[in-house]
Amino acid sequence: MTQVSPDVIDLLAGITPGSSLDRIRAQRPETREQAQQSYLALFRPKAFGEVSLAERQVIASFIAGLHRQPDIYEFYVNPLEESGIDRWLVEVLKAEIGAGRAIGPYGDYPAGPLSVENRAGLLYRVTDTNRDVLGERLSAALEHAHLLVFRPREASPQALQALLDAGWTTDGIVTLSQLISFVAFQIRVIVGLSLLSAASKRAAA
Amino acid sequence: MTERAIIPDVANPPVTFTQAEIGWTPWLQPLAEDDLTERHLLGLVEAARAKSPYFRLLVRDPEALEARTKTDKDIFYNTRTGLPRAERELAATAASRSNGCIFCASVHSRFASHHSKRGEDVQKLLDEGVGAELGERWNAIVAASVALTATPPAFGDEHVARLTAAGLDELEIADVIHGAAFFNWANRLMLSLGEPTPAN
Repeated sequence: MTQVSPDVIDLLAGITPGSSLDRIRAQRPETREQAQQSYLALFRPKAFGEVSLAERQVIASFIAGLHRQPDIYEFYVNPLEESGIDRWLVEVLKAEIGAGRAIGPYGDYPAGPLSVENRAGLLYRVTDTNRDVLGERLSAALEHAHLLVFRPREASPQALQALLDAGWTTDGIVTLSQLISFVAFQIRVIVGLSLLSAASKRAAA
Repeated sequence: MTERAIIPDVANPPVTFTQAEIGWTPWLQPLAEDDLTERHLLGLVEAARAKSPYFRLLVRDPEALEARTKTDKDIFYNTRTGLPRAERELAATAASRSNGCIFCASVHSRFASHHSKRGEDVQKLLDEGVGAELGERWNAIVAASVALTATPPAFGDEHVARLTAAGLDELEIADVIHGAAFFNWANRLMLSLGEPTPAN
């Protein structure tokens, strides 16, 4: 059975049919459609391959939490909670979001003239206790997500090797990288358009 | 058997922001051109992209790549209405400068220079960073893009007001938002799946 999924950006940015922002988005129908298709490709793909739906939802919830976007966090975590997954896992996820909070982007540049712009910050690791609950594979994914969210300029082949060592394959890492990076995009479109929508409503009032 | 990441030995890697045509080399194995199926080719959107190791790596998830590529093209190339191409590229460059993606910044600063004919101002953004003085309209676009790039996003009403005061309408502000947001996608892929190589 085909179920039509609502447009996630409209839903989370509070864009209602006929509103000013609805008309703005209607002038970019391909952007609107393909942003939604990107979401579907990562969260409702034809085949999940080696990255399960639950893993995708945990990682997206973690990223939304790190961005301190409660509505987007709820959007990704709610289906996980309803799926009857181990409730303890969601508690662990919340604890890890709390432990991972920071202000980005930060990190070191390759040694050279840009080194004066290096900014130190949290090097996040899942705690040993929570690593037992999450497992090696998901723990490695959360650590990689944190790296990409806050200090993408410090990414390295060693970071990819850590994923491979935790059981990820090359195909799985490509999907994981797209998912993390897409959610970073989606959050910013939602945040930006929500603000623009609110400003537009105030101007019209 | 566990796969191994590629650790390339890059001599004289680019270590500053530049408009030069630098290259990029992957840390994971792209698919071979000969192994690409019909589904992969659809995912690449343009046949010419099969020449690029970056796209042949991303095409391992063809559904995600196809939608990503179509999103990218519309955000930057659909310029019949809304923000001029040069300023969409400026937003992309500002996000890339802030995140620290030397490769992305090189490509999109060249586009920004080409379309604006303001290569010196673009270079100033690369050299001095996101606080460079570029005139109020460009300053407003850079500030908004950088605020949106922060985690958590620091984009606020003041950025919308400043863009409006600089003469941007709602559609143009939405274009700034999309241009900067998209590079928060692209920067993370480019930075985390490989590294820049020097210009030939």
